[in-house]
Amino acid sequence: MENNLTLFDKVWESHVVKRVSGGPDILFIDRHLVHEVTSPVAFQGMKERNIKVLFPDRTFATADHNTPTINQHLPVKDPMSANQLKTLEKNTKEHDVSYWGLGHEKNGIVHVIGPENGITLPGATIVCGDSHTSTHGAFGAIAFGIGTSEVEMVLSTQCVMQMKPKKMRINIDGSLKKGVTPKDVALFIISNLSTSGATGYFVEYSGDVFSNMSMEGRMTVCNLSIEMGARGGMIAPDKKTYEFLKEKEFTPKGDKWEKAMEYWSTLYSDESAIFDKEYMFNAENIEPMITYGTNPGMGIGLSKKIPKSAPGGENSHAKSLNYMGFNDGESMVGKKIDFVFLGSCTNGRAEDFRAFAKVVKGYQKSKNVTALLVPGSHFVAKEIRKNGVAKTIEEAGFEIREPGCSACLAMNDDKVPAGKYAISTSNRNFEGRQGPGSRTLLASPIMVAAAAITGKITDPRKYID
Amino acid sequence: MAYEPFTILKSSGVPLPIENVDTDQIIPARFLKATERKGFGDNLFRDWRYNQDNTVIKDFVLNNPAYKGKILVSGKNFGSGSSREHAAWSIYDYGFRCVISSFFADIFKNNCLNIGVLPVKVEPAFLKDLFEIIYENPSTKIMVDLPSQLVSVEENNLAASFEISSYKKNNLLNGFDDIDYLLNIKNEINDFAKKTLF
Repeated sequence: MENNLTLFDKVWESHVVKRVSGGPDILFIDRHLVHEVTSPVAFQGMKERNIKVLFPDRTFATADHNTPTINQHLPVKDPMSANQLKTLEKNTKEHDVSYWGLGHEKNGIVHVIGPENGITLPGATIVCGDSHTSTHGAFGAIAFGIGTSEVEMVLSTQCVMQMKPKKMRINIDGSLKKGVTPKDVALFIISNLSTSGATGYFVEYSGDVFSNMSMEGRMTVCNLSIEMGARGGMIAPDKKTYEFLKEKEFTPKGDKWEKAMEYWSTLYSDESAIFDKEYMFNAENIEPMITYGTNPGMGIGLSKKIPKSAPGGENSHAKSLNYMGFNDGESMVGKKIDFVFLGSCTNGRAEDFRAFAKVVKGYQKSKNVTALLVPGSHFVAKEIRKNGVAKTIEEAGFEIREPGCSACLAMNDDKVPAGKYAISTSNRNFEGRQGPGSRTLLASPIMVAAAAITGKITDPRKYID
Repeated sequence: MAYEPFTILKSSGVPLPIENVDTDQIIPARFLKATERKGFGDNLFRDWRYNQDNTVIKDFVLNNPAYKGKILVSGKNFGSGSSREHAAWSIYDYGFRCVISSFFADIFKNNCLNIGVLPVKVEPAFLKDLFEIIYENPSTKIMVDLPSQLVSVEENNLAASFEISSYKKNNLLNGFDDIDYLLNIKNEINDFAKKTLF
């Protein structure tokens, strides 16, 4: 048995059905997540080929990208969105695939509900027609986003054809300072590597910082792997992983759990594992982060000033700052905010709402701010209702909406108007991402909370113990 | 979905010398509500092509009649961001068959190869020369020769080879897709599935 394998190698190799010479590997996919936006053309293609979903039990469908976050009990108003939802319902029915549509108790953002229901498992291969599928790597799964042609491939054959990516390890030892969250860790890494620094690689995160991180925090970090170009990121499973998953609906039970545990206990990178690239950072050097530009690599620590150029975007830096209405040399602290967004597959879990509540407790929402607070799933919505977090947030003058992707990509009505500034817990600050002409600043739930009560970029550390 | 096989393409190029062009710029999310693959070319680079009142933004390259052709030439890290294949569809539907850049985002590159758009990765210096050549004479023909994996501009003595896996190359030359291949090994897949843990 070789003893120089990475965690990624172990999971990948155990899923290779066949190697095509001079070409990709044929990778077996354990679990396939499907949503309304990237699946209709795939189902259409299958209809034209006259084929059915090969393994309906390995396929899970939900509606999240293109759904309203108020009045979900009423018919969807936008006819195109309504049609897209109806199409998924019809397609899943025709192919015997489970569908957790709008209003279903298990409905929510695809990358939030996967782990919640134990669909996500260590050592599994998971794909979805969505780039933030990397989220599931937090459990030691190989999880990555695919295009619609590949969605059709997986629906019809449960396999994708992929060239095996190179391997990167990012190690961070030490302990994080007060007010530094998993989101800050991820934005810090991306600002160092640039938005394309990990393209062609699959990343493993290791070191004290990730071992000490909650499962929710690990999901935030792995979620953002794609923002530095990596197909996915993963963290070796440990006790926390198993605790989180045990007794969830779709996790193996009884003997099957024991057998799975046997496999899972082998899932770590060997001591002499070979990586194509390694980075080491020190936890003490990370401070609360905020982005100032139009890609997630354009981020700085709160104490820093907007730089003259950013790695990987030398020729587009000025265009980007011009779009944002900022100048180099400026500090981000004190900049006026019009919108706040708490939610998304990056930071839409109960822990994120808890963090937000901690900051706004005893304060009131700034009058100049429009707030969109969107839980990642019905399960999250219920949990924060049960433990009083929702009440704290509402007492501070905020409204909590119904679950979905919402203003992260602004396919529904949750849009930021042109020229307005939104501080957002989501994952992309691209031009127009949150609505045509919108300007997005990415940050952690606590920094978003501090901005929500002050109406400007504010150091969140003074609001937490 | 079937696409036209790709062999040798000779065309002028459309220059977009911007880095990190993300898929939200290529096709904004609000245009992803369709359930069929048609008409995406109309909204390619929508918010760079049109103002919010739908008037044309004259200085964007797609609105400049001097620049036409089936080859898009773009700055590094083209196609970063989301996995939406709609980005590749909109490029194909608009009429491009090839994108030349010094670096491509991963999922976007795969999506292109799966629908018959050829991503050609060249060295930064080659890309810089290519931009200069196009700006000097927008009608300059660029040749992209897939069988010999060569991109060249004859009149300027510029040429470079590019990489592509032999499997994908064969697919593009013949208009095949991966599903055809996978359906042929369904028995092997079924056997494999029986041995999986979950």
